[in-house]
Amino acid sequence: MLSFILRRLLVAIPTIILISIFVFALQKLLPGDPILAMAGEERDPETIAFLREKYGMNDPIPVQYLKWVGNALTGDLGISLRTNQPVLELIGEKLPVTIQLATMAMIFAISIGIPAGILSAIKKGTAIDYVANVVALSGLSIPNFWLGIMLILLVSVKWQLLPASGYVPFDEDPLRSIQVMIMPAFVLGTALAATLMRHTRSAMLTVLTSDYVRTARAKGLKERRVILKHAFRNALTPIVTLSALLFGELIAGAVLTEQIFTVPGFGKLVVDAVFNRDYAVVQGIVLVTAVGFIVMNLLADVAYVLLNPRLRKQ
Amino acid sequence: MAQVATPTTIDAESANDPVLDHRPENRVWKKFRTHRSAMLGGILVIFFVAMALLAPVLPIPDPTATDWGAVRQAPSAAHPFGTDEIGRDVLSRLIWGAQASLLAGVVSVAIAVLVGVPLGIAAGYFGGWTDAAISRCTEALLAAPFLILAIALAAFLGPSLTNAMIAIGISATPLFVRLTRGQVLSVAAEDYVDSARAIGLPTRKILTRYILPNIVPPVLVQATLTVATAIIAEASLSFLGLGQQPPAPSWGSMLNTAKNFLDQAPWMALWPGIAIFLVVLGFNLLGDGLRDALDPREK
Repeated sequence: MLSFILRRLLVAIPTIILISIFVFALQKLLPGDPILAMAGEERDPETIAFLREKYGMNDPIPVQYLKWVGNALTGDLGISLRTNQPVLELIGEKLPVTIQLATMAMIFAISIGIPAGILSAIKKGTAIDYVANVVALSGLSIPNFWLGIMLILLVSVKWQLLPASGYVPFDEDPLRSIQVMIMPAFVLGTALAATLMRHTRSAMLTVLTSDYVRTARAKGLKERRVILKHAFRNALTPIVTLSALLFGELIAGAVLTEQIFTVPGFGKLVVDAVFNRDYAVVQGIVLVTAVGFIVMNLLADVAYVLLNPRLRKQ
Repeated sequence: MAQVATPTTIDAESANDPVLDHRPENRVWKKFRTHRSAMLGGILVIFFVAMALLAPVLPIPDPTATDWGAVRQAPSAAHPFGTDEIGRDVLSRLIWGAQASLLAGVVSVAIAVLVGVPLGIAAGYFGGWTDAAISRCTEALLAAPFLILAIALAAFLGPSLTNAMIAIGISATPLFVRLTRGQVLSVAAEDYVDSARAIGLPTRKILTRYILPNIVPPVLVQATLTVATAIIAEASLSFLGLGQQPPAPSWGSMLNTAKNFLDQAPWMALWPGIAIFLVVLGFNLLGDGLRDALDPREK
């Protein structure tokens, strides 16, 4: 098991190096000169020269890259050109907000998507299956920012049940925090629920025709036990692998969701950074999400082996 | 590359090909025709394509003509879908907006297919260092979430519809590289490819005659489904102000404006969203139907 994890880690290294090159290249490609922006209205040549020296913009590009990677490895992702805060600190500040949003969205998606997928597979070809499929495909086709706007229109503007925007930290007032986050989490979770439902359904359909399920039924086990203990446990493997891929979807979805509900999280940070040409922040965010994605994939691979007894023995 | 876009050429070819003769293309069409949801998808797509193409000849007001005397008017006989914050006709902007959406969907997927498929073939067929280099780059690109990558690229290229299409196209490319590579790997291991190599067919011939026809169906399905994703991505970028620039109409930017007038003019937010939903649903249904029709295991 340990050697398996080590091997997977080794494979991830070249990918991470390539990502760091892409991310560094982004900085060189973003429009506008942040130094000119920082130098203010007068654009005093001396100030500009000083700032260029200070931020190492005069070094050859490979040197700049190596310096940047070296710093990144020690947790120094640079300083936000706008707020003068270290990027890592800024990300650390916003990340818990998005993690709360993503967790709530995931809970919603799992509690709707997986049971719906199982039900739809068991009742294949019936009206229930048909309705579940139509709802899932609609969930995938609805642009989540529009869903957010419509919810604000109905729930906040018309019925005045929930606030349209804002954020309350969880440790300050958990109840209020969850209440404010319900609508964004629902919006973010819709597409995920749909994806989970479709994958659970197809995984269950594959498993339900297998020999061991037929054997379990032949043994006279209760249908409920056959489905949950024998079929679902095995269908879970591909679903777990999928959840790593959903991580990317969650982060990307959070960008739009946070924008609509003005949630001060990671996604809002990306958009603000792009519009403010805050290089270091954009780089930091892409780097952190990409590495996070690789870690999630690694975890999914490990879970895959753990869930599959045949692979575990090797 | 024409063969990727027009599978009919391959159909005609495969009819004379003893190796591929067992692929009953007619049955695929029959299966597709009786697939109810796929037909619904096709109808939705045709409806929006017709809307985009006919926009210039339909008897509707200029989508950019402002009318300060008719600002944020509720739907009426003169303006069936109401007017926006500067008195433009919402229906007309909706119809013209179909052009931006469909163009973005199709062009960005075309970019992804034209770049991704050859790279995937190269990686899968030649293996070794070519494969290692292409695959590592693909993985690295896949590690950045699709929309974040598109936002970062659109921001660096500058906000415009063309740049949004390029950004979405680049972000979608790794999908096609990975798909094509996997497909090539499985086809290249087949006995008939081995025999083709054994009788000394040149690589180019093996690739176009045996490999390419086999990767067209999955690529076609993926392309259709990716058009749906790309349309949502373009709407998202426009919503964030990184796509189609005003005053040119686009559904995403219409929603961006609409969200500021939710309590005064809710109709502004309704229709662009429904339009995006329906066209995306159309491509998703079409893609699912194509997959079922092209899957030899499904009856």
